[in-house]
Amino acid sequence: MKAAHGGWHHFWQVAWNPESKAALELTLGLAGAVVGVNTVTGTALAWTLVRDNFPGKRFVNMLIDLPFALPTIVAGLTLLALYGPTGGVGIDVAYTRWGVLMALLFVTLPFVVRTVQPVLIELDREMEEAAASLGANRLTIFRRVVFPHLLPALLSGVALAFARAVGEFGAVILISGNLPFKTEVASLYVFQRINSGDTTGASALAVLLLVISLGVLLAIGAVRRWATRHDR
Amino acid sequence: MTVSARHGIRIFSLGYLTLILVAPVGLIFWRSFEHGWHPFWAAIANHDAVHALKLTLEITVIVVPLNTAFGILCALAIVRHRIPGMGLVNAIVDLPMALSPVVVGLSLYLLYARDGWFGSWLLGHGIQILFALPAMLLATAFVSLPFVVREVVPVLREIGIEQEEAAATLGSSAFTTFRRITLPAIRWAIAYGVVLTTARSLGEFGAVSIVSGGIAGRTQTLTQYVQASYENFSITGAYAASVELAVLAIATLLAMTMLRPRRGGHDGNRSA
Repeated sequence: MKAAHGGWHHFWQVAWNPESKAALELTLGLAGAVVGVNTVTGTALAWTLVRDNFPGKRFVNMLIDLPFALPTIVAGLTLLALYGPTGGVGIDVAYTRWGVLMALLFVTLPFVVRTVQPVLIELDREMEEAAASLGANRLTIFRRVVFPHLLPALLSGVALAFARAVGEFGAVILISGNLPFKTEVASLYVFQRINSGDTTGASALAVLLLVISLGVLLAIGAVRRWATRHDR
Repeated sequence: MTVSARHGIRIFSLGYLTLILVAPVGLIFWRSFEHGWHPFWAAIANHDAVHALKLTLEITVIVVPLNTAFGILCALAIVRHRIPGMGLVNAIVDLPMALSPVVVGLSLYLLYARDGWFGSWLLGHGIQILFALPAMLLATAFVSLPFVVREVVPVLREIGIEQEEAAATLGSSAFTTFRRITLPAIRWAIAYGVVLTTARSLGEFGAVSIVSGGIAGRTQTLTQYVQASYENFSITGAYAASVELAVLAIATLLAMTMLRPRRGGHDGNRSA
């Protein structure tokens, strides 16, 4: 990558301006919110799919993968159709941070569900029954017995969701309206810099995004090795 | 678990799924067909829309076989050979999954632009990469790279090497061993990876929109057509093309659902 062309000092001077800083801060904040929401909803969805029974469960299980299969630009457009100015539900999140957050939640929905679900399937229910017979209440059972088993899967799930949220572009481009300092996330900033012919400015933030992605992947690898440390 | 708590979690999780996923996607279909089939057909039969669909399919048909072949070779290299620094190799193969498509697009842009590392030489010899099909193929191939590898690696680990060694002892060549022993064991994993690669190739937007130029009727893919239509206030066109893409996505989902039980019990390794 040509990011360092012209020396580091010049590079940072061009790259690190209030607008790029605001974009990166917004991106990290939104990715953090995505992690928080997905921890709760992803675990709840995985739990519903494994431990609950209701008609149409297999269909719901299939729907979970839809955000993986659906093009991101379509994801953004569907949200804009329902929660935009012409949606008719009385909510208009177009060109707001709420809209960007919804788009990110749409595309990251499968990650936690699909990492936690298989662990929950293989979890031995006798442990929970043993804990219950020893007088533990439901919250204690979840906190002390179930949760520690889910933790490694949950961590890799949210890490993937975080990486995806940091880099997401297609789903947010329409709904964000690309307003600097308000809804312009890092990927949109990079795109807008390329279109203005400022590849140095684009490269600077792109390098940071690359570093974040690599860091997340290495962290997932570390979590996986830690979780399987007793198997080897 | 008490009945009320179970119902509470069910209503919470299914409600979330409905609000964020089912209702918006359903609405697109309803909006496309609320005035009957005619406006939908008129919108997708438009010259630029037809060209965009053809270009998207053309890219997919070229990229998927290439990434399938690469994916199988790469998986064999990862599982069957001890390479020092395996953690890093794994992370690099996974990189396209975690990396922003915008970064991918920018890298290709910098390499193949007029003043880029390869671009100046190639353009000097009359070879146009950027704003043409080659760059769009490179971008799509990059973002859809990990899927076959990620599917095949766990299955290769699981089947071990005893059968392959036995075949080799009995005098079969490396190629015969692969064709008769390894390939049958991993074929469902390959099929699943191919489905995921196809879905990603059909839906790619970010990386391609940086390197393609997005000229209507020439270098505009179907996803770019959706964006361009929306930004030109041609909402019907945007919805209709979205429905086309959504139908392809749903076909992918059905294929995934049918293949999942056959590819072995390693659900979750795909994304973990």
